[in-house]
Amino acid sequence: MIVSDLPSAELGTRLADPGLHLVTGQFQLCIRSPIPALAATIGLMYADYPLGNAQGFTDFHVTLEHPTGLRRWWRKQVVFEFDSALPFKPLPATQAFPMLEWGLNWCVSSYANLYLIIHAAVVEKNGFAAILPAPPGSGKSTLCAALVTRGWRLLSDELTLIRTADGRIVPLPRPVSLKNASIEIMQTYAPQAVFSPKVFDTVKGTIAHMKAPADSVARAAEDACPGWIIFPKYQAGAATSFVPISPAHGLMRLADNAFNYSSLGLQGFETVAGLIDACEVIDFTYSVIDEAIAAFDALAAEALERQTGKAS
Amino acid sequence: MSELLILSALRLPASMPKLGLQQWDLLIRQARRGNLLARLHSLLAQAGLLDHVPYQPRQHLEWTRVTADRHAQAVRTEVARIQQALSGQPVILLKGAAYVIAGLPPGAGRVFSDIDILVPKAQLLDVESALLAHGWMASQHDAYDQRYYREWMHELPPLQHMLRETTIDVHHAILPQTMAMHPDSNALRAAAVPLAGYQDLLVLAPTDMVLHSAAHLFYESELFNGLRDLVDLDALLRHFSQTPEFWHQLTQRAGDLGLTRCLYYALRYTRMLLHTPIPPPVAAAIEDARPPFPISAIMDVLYRRALLPDHASCVDHATFAARKCLYVRGNWLRMPPLKLARHLFHKAFISPRH
Repeated sequence: MIVSDLPSAELGTRLADPGLHLVTGQFQLCIRSPIPALAATIGLMYADYPLGNAQGFTDFHVTLEHPTGLRRWWRKQVVFEFDSALPFKPLPATQAFPMLEWGLNWCVSSYANLYLIIHAAVVEKNGFAAILPAPPGSGKSTLCAALVTRGWRLLSDELTLIRTADGRIVPLPRPVSLKNASIEIMQTYAPQAVFSPKVFDTVKGTIAHMKAPADSVARAAEDACPGWIIFPKYQAGAATSFVPISPAHGLMRLADNAFNYSSLGLQGFETVAGLIDACEVIDFTYSVIDEAIAAFDALAAEALERQTGKAS
Repeated sequence: MSELLILSALRLPASMPKLGLQQWDLLIRQARRGNLLARLHSLLAQAGLLDHVPYQPRQHLEWTRVTADRHAQAVRTEVARIQQALSGQPVILLKGAAYVIAGLPPGAGRVFSDIDILVPKAQLLDVESALLAHGWMASQHDAYDQRYYREWMHELPPLQHMLRETTIDVHHAILPQTMAMHPDSNALRAAAVPLAGYQDLLVLAPTDMVLHSAAHLFYESELFNGLRDLVDLDALLRHFSQTPEFWHQLTQRAGDLGLTRCLYYALRYTRMLLHTPIPPPVAAAIEDARPPFPISAIMDVLYRRALLPDHASCVDHATFAARKCLYVRGNWLRMPPLKLARHLFHKAFISPRH
């Protein structure tokens, strides 16, 4: 059963109590919230996710609710609760859905230490994954959103999980976070995609989420082989260009973008080094989305050819 | 309260493999909230039981094992850096760092944020300037806070390293100077034990280590890690009591240092919550230090609640009030009434303006 199989009234009741159990990638979540607007957005963004087993083991139990006290009525707020603790300051109530997403990212990146976790989008085609680490504002999420509406599989929009045991990438497909101008760009570029309502005045500006493609959600158990590490940069008017980066330089830049590189110690270094060895490392500049996608498709086609060439 | 999963798991690690998935779900949450998840991992690993833990909860235990291993490595590096900075000055490690470096049972899977050391009061300023010269910085910039630590507390204001962001607390005593009881620091330092394999690095003698741990827990006003600290005491008592004369030395030393009441609490609550084996004659003798009725009964009501993890499944209607009462008690014991009133007034009305 998936979330959209629940009647919408049932979704709200379940969220309020005892909480909605659902599965994203390797993790079972239990989200509890009495906030009706949040229930509606969860119903929209998580429609395709398998329902979890409430009698089984849940990795992360989170609660989003209005704080008690005066702020229940005046300038309503929302708090994110994990294991009876509040790891973040309250946010305005309208930001409940982004707060859920940030909070879930925090749960995974703070605890799941059997993965090297890189702050990067990651997409897959023909069995190979392209990791897109980048600072905010580089157009990483826009590029990721565009690729997954044109045949690439979404592995994750924010957290690339590399299993330290074997160096493979474990998917965590969740809604793609879009900021400011990217929201309208994507709404025009992929009118068939589903978007959450815009949330204004967050710390990152205006935010909206794009629903993960149903196929990516359905294939969340299939891990992928790392193929490329591509540092994307959107630059108005620039020609589409690939510039290879030296492995040593790539290693440092990748480590800079990892959440738990230093807490993994030697294992962190070995995982990053293995990843650099397995991948082509590239600086990628683009301004036209269609050209960028064509360039990515060409990479995927080459990889497929190399692989079939090897096999025959 | 006896059926709390976290307590049964700590008392009898061998009971964990019998748990169902839903019990594991709750146990993992209670342990994470109590900062005891890595402790559970090490208990299971020592008993050779990890393979009997179902896959999903085992993942959570493995995740935290990674953090704990790295933490232990970082503590060793940090202690070496501190020794380097203090070139040749003997350093007595306290609490977490002492357990880890001395390889004592409570060190296994213990994750903590500061390194605590004990030095003679006369050398406090020299130690501080040596640390400042090696990259540590004052983390309390408020003049009032500086005075609070330097004149009234038992430690310098915490120092933080500017690059590694590690924190060191330099103590000259184990309890604040303003408290009615202040165990003799000279006696503690004189009995300290050199660590094999290290130069100029010491830890408190076994009895003193237990008493410091007890004083820290039962005179503290905020019990953020109450159960974790009680687990330390339990592990230390079980370990040191393998030496036959330990119990006698412990009660004797508690008397000498003026910490008998504190030892009473330590033995009472480790036994009550964690079933620590305490020989009946020792338990009977320490009863002399029991506070008069009704205080003894009130303390039971408070500590049975406040020592549990602050997780929804471990609290009842009275937990919040119990924590508040112990907060007031901790502050009450910390300073004489007038000084305390002045301190709380400053913290409430003057500090927020800065």
